[in-house]
Amino acid sequence: MIFVILSLFDGFICHSNGVDICSAIFELFFNFSGNESKLGMSRGIPEPKLTAMDAMIDKLTGAIFIFQIVVVMVLGIAGNVWKDTEARKQWYVLYPVEGPWYELLVIPLRFELLCSIMIPISIKVSLDLVKSLYAKFIDWDYEMIDQETGIPSHATNTAISEDLGQVEYILTDKTGTLTENRMIFRRCCISGIFYGNESGDALKDVVLLNAVAGSSPDVARFLTVMAICNTVIPIKSKTGAILYKAQSQDEDALVNAAAQLHMVYVNKNGNILELRFNGSVIQYEVLETLEFTSDRKRMSVVVKDCQNGKIILLSKGADEAILPYAYAGQQTRTFSEAVEQYAQLGLRTLCLAWRELKEDAYHEWSLMFKEASSTLVDREWRIAEVCQRLEHDLEVLGVTAIEDRLQDGVPETIETLRKAGINFWMLTGDKQNTAIQIALSCNFISPEPKGQLLLIDGKTEDEVCISLERVLLTMRITSSEPKDVAFVVDGWALEIALKRYRKAFTELAILSRTAICCRVTPSQKAQLVELLKSCDYRTLAIGDGGNDVRMIQQADIGVGISGREGLQAARAADYSIGKFRFLKRLILVHGRYSYNRTAFLSQYSFYKSLVICFIQIFFSFISGVSGTSLFNSVSLMAYNVFYTSVPVLVSVLDKDLSEGTVMQHPQILFYCQAGRFLNPSTFAGWFGRSLFHAIVVFVITIHAYAYEKSEMEELSMVALSGCIWLQAFVVALETNSFTILQHLAIWGNLVAFYAINWILSTVPSSGMYTIMFRLCGQPSYWITMFLIVAAGMGPVLALKYFRYTYRPSKINTLQQAERMGGPILTSGNIEPQPRSIEKEASPLSITQPKNRDPVYEPLLSDSPNSTRRSFGSGTPFDFFQSQSRLSSSYSRNCKDN
Amino acid sequence: MTDRNRDRDSETVCYGCFAAFYLFTQQRLPACNPVLTPAWVITIFLFTGLIFIPFGLVTLRASRSIVEIVVRYDTKCIPEAFRIDKVSYIQDDSIPKNCSHFLKVPKYMKAPIYIYYQLDNYYQNHRRYVKSRNDQQLLHGRKYHGTSSCQPVEFNNNQPIVPCGLIAWSLFNDTFTFIRKRAELKVNRKNIAWKSDRDHKFGKNVHPFNFQNGTSIGGGKLNPKIPLSDQEDLMVWMRTSALPSFRKLYGRIEEDLDADDVVVVHLMNNYNTYSFGGKKKLVLSTSSWLGGKNDFLGLACVFVGSSSLILAIVFMLLHLKCPR
Repeated sequence: MIFVILSLFDGFICHSNGVDICSAIFELFFNFSGNESKLGMSRGIPEPKLTAMDAMIDKLTGAIFIFQIVVVMVLGIAGNVWKDTEARKQWYVLYPVEGPWYELLVIPLRFELLCSIMIPISIKVSLDLVKSLYAKFIDWDYEMIDQETGIPSHATNTAISEDLGQVEYILTDKTGTLTENRMIFRRCCISGIFYGNESGDALKDVVLLNAVAGSSPDVARFLTVMAICNTVIPIKSKTGAILYKAQSQDEDALVNAAAQLHMVYVNKNGNILELRFNGSVIQYEVLETLEFTSDRKRMSVVVKDCQNGKIILLSKGADEAILPYAYAGQQTRTFSEAVEQYAQLGLRTLCLAWRELKEDAYHEWSLMFKEASSTLVDREWRIAEVCQRLEHDLEVLGVTAIEDRLQDGVPETIETLRKAGINFWMLTGDKQNTAIQIALSCNFISPEPKGQLLLIDGKTEDEVCISLERVLLTMRITSSEPKDVAFVVDGWALEIALKRYRKAFTELAILSRTAICCRVTPSQKAQLVELLKSCDYRTLAIGDGGNDVRMIQQADIGVGISGREGLQAARAADYSIGKFRFLKRLILVHGRYSYNRTAFLSQYSFYKSLVICFIQIFFSFISGVSGTSLFNSVSLMAYNVFYTSVPVLVSVLDKDLSEGTVMQHPQILFYCQAGRFLNPSTFAGWFGRSLFHAIVVFVITIHAYAYEKSEMEELSMVALSGCIWLQAFVVALETNSFTILQHLAIWGNLVAFYAINWILSTVPSSGMYTIMFRLCGQPSYWITMFLIVAAGMGPVLALKYFRYTYRPSKINTLQQAERMGGPILTSGNIEPQPRSIEKEASPLSITQPKNRDPVYEPLLSDSPNSTRRSFGSGTPFDFFQSQSRLSSSYSRNCKDN
Repeated sequence: MTDRNRDRDSETVCYGCFAAFYLFTQQRLPACNPVLTPAWVITIFLFTGLIFIPFGLVTLRASRSIVEIVVRYDTKCIPEAFRIDKVSYIQDDSIPKNCSHFLKVPKYMKAPIYIYYQLDNYYQNHRRYVKSRNDQQLLHGRKYHGTSSCQPVEFNNNQPIVPCGLIAWSLFNDTFTFIRKRAELKVNRKNIAWKSDRDHKFGKNVHPFNFQNGTSIGGGKLNPKIPLSDQEDLMVWMRTSALPSFRKLYGRIEEDLDADDVVVVHLMNNYNTYSFGGKKKLVLSTSSWLGGKNDFLGLACVFVGSSSLILAIVFMLLHLKCPR
């Protein structure tokens, strides 16, 4: 979109004032990802993002903390009671008869120390480590390198990869994100005459070329506006060819098109522009540039014709920003029809206009403008107001239509992600028709009869309200049907809806899987993200330009496309990718794996700490509830730092399913979205497992090492090795794919445990001196170890096997299919997709539209893509898809309700 | 692109590491993906069962082959008159504490026969108790001063106590002598402590000092002439037990005992377990490769093994009934 780019340029100017430079330095210094070049955008420093998983881990940590407090209190009281009843009789403990009052606190505090390992500190370190590795995997991924530019994907924010796997809403920009943002001038309408309709390329239209050759004044004026109403700078290369440096792709397209139509913008020397038209040189002096803003939706330049001294205002902008300001009496109907027609083809339209100014009127205005430009307060608004005074009574010259092609793989990506249960919202600054057309061509919405498009419009509050109610009613009815219902809303109606009917709109947002919001401003984009976030959805915003920055920062995950609109969005984003289609891989592969891995790692971290802690608690019952630690401090420290952290770290290489399977069955992303692997009930499972393992280790140890073998150091080492053995097997059982590194880490860790303890056992001053050598020489030690492993892992294995085989989740089914070539893979293979047909269809079809009725209904039916099948049909996961979607959308409690 | 070129250069230099690293970065390291197929799982359980049951039986047999005589003597050794107030009996030094027992050897016992004393309900693992020792002092003697961990048995009359701490202070001091057929059985009381303790934990030049000199006297006394490294009873005692019921080695009888032999034990019942209801037992036991008599390991192995077998059978039936 044109104004995006202009606003970027606008930003450069703003940069020259110190405030922004300071803030830029500030941002750089504190490594904030945001790079906002526009002051108006930097409303706030983006908050540090917290993933849903982190929030869940925090909750679980809180629960464990409460559990810990309870344990400490219970044991503390029990300890004091035991002390007063039993320990006083035990002369060998020599308790003082009467202690100070705080004596009562000693035992609870000892238990607090013992139980402090219940919450693993190592989890933070491990998580940070693996998270940075997830990010590295994204950076390294060869399949996500943009082959055209060689730009690899990059994860700026290394902490939120898991959230990628939990995305429920994707809010996408259109231009540059779904499309290539490579603008090509295709058609134009000059004073009522359409050019380029037959050939599809106005530059080859003979009629236009003839008109140019004949120097028709209308055409000449039109081309002049095309060539100089912009901020383009021509650069002469050594070969004599002229290159244009444009901030905006649209301007670039227009200037280049003008040049091809013999209106060549040759040179800019200070304020003097030089044009060459059909051999004659025309010079203009630029007096003023009325910059583009997204509110004004147009830009203008005031130039003075150096030949005759006339002062002219040249304007270009969106149709609604130009056509209403035509001088009284000009018929703008042709132009609005042209705009309509072009938009239906998915072309971007701009209206060009011109006005001759009286010299004194201009000078009067010029003073006002200068004053407005130098105000400190509300400058933007003041300037807009002053500009308004000049930009009226325009003579509309014509309409340009620029084509922006879809990026490769966009329809496939959207379809796959749709199947994964992700809802798409398109937020664009473009016209409604253009947006709908693009949406159709990239699988965003389905054509009739599969899909249905509902329009929310209206200029007044009442109209919007009625329309909103109607749409909502339809949504409620159709939500049970397998229909693709989408709603379309424009910026104005959205503004009203968000302000007045937020509740209804929120409900609509939850019901609807697809939405198209056109003509929305950057702040509205951010508001929509905010709305979805407030309903507890995980949102991903993807965009490429400066106007997406706020949305990107607002969303749970911001993805920037490092495209032609500069790196602004990519810098502000958490992830930057080269092409929209990489989003599929980013979410389904990286996001999903990250989620699964973190889910395992975090719960395992709790599990291992709980095991050791439960053993300590059990031991306290046989040590007079006095708070004795069974394990020595070295072992305890090493347990968390070495013995149990290494094997779990290599779980970053674990893959439950191959990438190919995930891509084929994107539905399984549901497990991540719904948080099936990390929630209180899975955590309860791990909690139970830790309790069970602690009992196994403790009971077997104290019985196998009873009587004459019950020496403290030996017994504690037996219990510790029992834990280590169990850890190794737990990790092995929970690992889905073993690479050499995993084998090394799991079994190497076991060996390292013995190596470390052998080394410690050679140090005479250590408490463990000779212990490990003694133990390893005892057959009963090894029998105990095998017994612990068998007793601890047997039930776990049996349970896992039972669930895997007789109550399999979809993931288990796919695993079996993938690894054994079972029947599911072949029959469940999602039907081969007739992409070849769509490939032809997805670039905008250059055919004459057959009618010009209101867009949404007829267009859908005669869309070239009407043969496209809708998502999800015929897949074996259909039931589960619809089920899950419904249940998850209804079970959500909207905070607004 | 430049990255790739650079990578290609390094490819020629070190193809192996490059390839491995490349696969790592792309998360494509060759991996084996085990599946919990019925065949695998049933085999695992079957094997576990088949290994553990015989193994358990062997272990059980080893444990059962051990001959063990356990006598609880703490109650029997109190004269009738003192049965009501055992504590005053044990605390009264004027009353002789000697006591005799007849042990009948049920089976042939092969030397060495280990003599243990067993204490029940004795919390050597109490936190106050476990911490109350100082390894540095045991090794270096009075030269070492940082003995605060030994409280409350650290100083007496402003003199440091060597060995300090509750553990040493509460040293077990019952003694046993064994007579068979009127001849005293030779009891070897050397090498009952760990060799590592004798060599590296207890100092050769450290002599007991100021030990059991205070007002409250705990357990046994030590001969100040003998260095700590030769006080094996102390070493054995100071290897604290993790369980409230434990056995500690007293010595070894290095003669075989025949079945139906009668052994008379003369013991000095000095140690106070009466105040807290502890039990004292004397244990004579042979040993095997497993150690002392302990059926638990064998039984547990048999239990785990048979459970695995049952699981294997259940899964097999399940698999046959509803094959997947």
